[in-house]
Amino acid sequence: MIEQVVFYLFASMLLLSASMVVVMKNPIHAALFLVLSFFSSAAIWLLLQAEFLAIALVLVYVGAVMVLFLFVVMMLDINLVTIREGFARYLPVGIIVALLMVTAMGLVVGSNYFMSENYMAVKEVSADHSNTRELGLTLYTEYLYQFEIAGAILLVAIIAAISLSMSKAKLTKSKNPGDQVFVKKKDRLRVIKMQAEKKE
Amino acid sequence: MIEFLYQFISQNVLSPVATYLFPLQYQPQALYVLQTIVKILSIMVPVLLTVAYFTYAERKVIGFIQARIGPNRVGFFGFSLWGLGQPIADAVKLIVKEIVIPTGSNKTLFIIAPILSLAPSIAAWAVIPFDDTKVLADINAGLLYVLALTSLAVYGVIIAGWASNSKYAFLGAMRSAAQIVAYEIAMGFALVGVLIAAGSLNLGEIVTAQSGSFIHWFWLPLLPLFIVYFISGVAETNRAPFDVAEGESEIVAGFHVEYGGMAFSVFFMAEYANMILIAVLSAIMFCGGWLSPFQGIPGLEDLFSWVPPIFWLLAKTSFFMFLFLWFRATFPRYRYDQIMRLGWKVFIPITIVWLVVISALVVTNTPPWFVA
Repeated sequence: MIEQVVFYLFASMLLLSASMVVVMKNPIHAALFLVLSFFSSAAIWLLLQAEFLAIALVLVYVGAVMVLFLFVVMMLDINLVTIREGFARYLPVGIIVALLMVTAMGLVVGSNYFMSENYMAVKEVSADHSNTRELGLTLYTEYLYQFEIAGAILLVAIIAAISLSMSKAKLTKSKNPGDQVFVKKKDRLRVIKMQAEKKE
Repeated sequence: MIEFLYQFISQNVLSPVATYLFPLQYQPQALYVLQTIVKILSIMVPVLLTVAYFTYAERKVIGFIQARIGPNRVGFFGFSLWGLGQPIADAVKLIVKEIVIPTGSNKTLFIIAPILSLAPSIAAWAVIPFDDTKVLADINAGLLYVLALTSLAVYGVIIAGWASNSKYAFLGAMRSAAQIVAYEIAMGFALVGVLIAAGSLNLGEIVTAQSGSFIHWFWLPLLPLFIVYFISGVAETNRAPFDVAEGESEIVAGFHVEYGGMAFSVFFMAEYANMILIAVLSAIMFCGGWLSPFQGIPGLEDLFSWVPPIFWLLAKTSFFMFLFLWFRATFPRYRYDQIMRLGWKVFIPITIVWLVVISALVVTNTPPWFVA
């Protein structure tokens, strides 16, 4: 009974916050509602006894990705008037795209794959059953190649991102702290002995 | 003693309450919820009291380091008592002060921000084992839970900076966001090392994996990770020498420059609660948690066997808490680009190299730590 209450609480929170992400005019509010929706879906995953995935969702998406997201969004100077300008002009296209997406989603969700009888109840496992260990074992034995390929692709992406940002002309005045540490007084300071000058 | 008190409260207060207030079918659940609330309070109240007196300790310790006396006036009932009443007086002052909400600020987010920064640092205490039996939530993924919660503290800072509608606050928030993301990666890798060494994500099992003697604790096989973890912890809590988010000489008070009264004091409490949390986590993951330092030494082990295990955990935690104060009194503030360099170019490579080393040690069953 309590489980159902918790499920409906978080499910409604998820739906509400997800729709707020779209509706909100202020992008910061939208991003914060996205954080809330990540949280609610993590709670629902916890109900499915997938504690590793749930915590990883919070750790990766809420703890790191959304922080950077907010970082960027806060820096942007977003003018709401210019965003609303083309509303009437793009409305027909928007409606067509929205209709297409709703039909596609309806076809998938309404098909046989998503009937509730196709789903087993969550398997009851003992309290000391480690979700993390099971996931690790499957990932590093059965799906080893896929995992390694994904890792290699991510590495390429990291290198590409760094080289893209480095390729621009050197605009920053970065310093080498190693050189700074070894600077001696005589490298920077010159004491000059001179006669006192008379003011003309 | 603690168990006895808990049993007493549970039998004489909670069971009658549950019996009178709830219908028969819900009584076990109601009793369970009430018991959990009592357990939560028994952790939270001491933590918040420690937060209050940690601020006093900071002023006293830094005072003595700088050859001053520190607060010594406010006491109780006319006795000055070395200024022990100072935290209470500060709390009363902050409670009765007005909370000024700046014009053009976002009111809801402005009020939510301090709460968001305090809540995770208290919620993380749920999985802290005080003893081999005393733990509120003995969950499998305790280490991950702690890591996830400590990574959430940055939201309070970012939202405060943005909602204040102030340039100084915003600059502080931006600095803090970049800094915390950088150090969180090093911190996560350091914890992966602990996970490999202990073979478990459960904090209680991590402590039991360190049993044996003083040199069996993970500080020795994981020495570089231990140092990286603690320094990253100092950086994550925005403490000196990594306190550029506050940077009072450059950006006044950084992210909480617009806050006053209780709203400010919640930020203040969050900072100290975070420090205590990092200290207790360092004690648990690298210094054997509740294990006695005299374990495995003939003679001394029996001599100190009467000491309750929780005492050792608190002693180790206090040591790490003292380190935070010592750092603040000793080191000048880091320059921003040096902070970034230390996080990305020094700590992350160190942790990755040591992960390979520790994996090799575990796979080859190197004594005395990893015996098959």
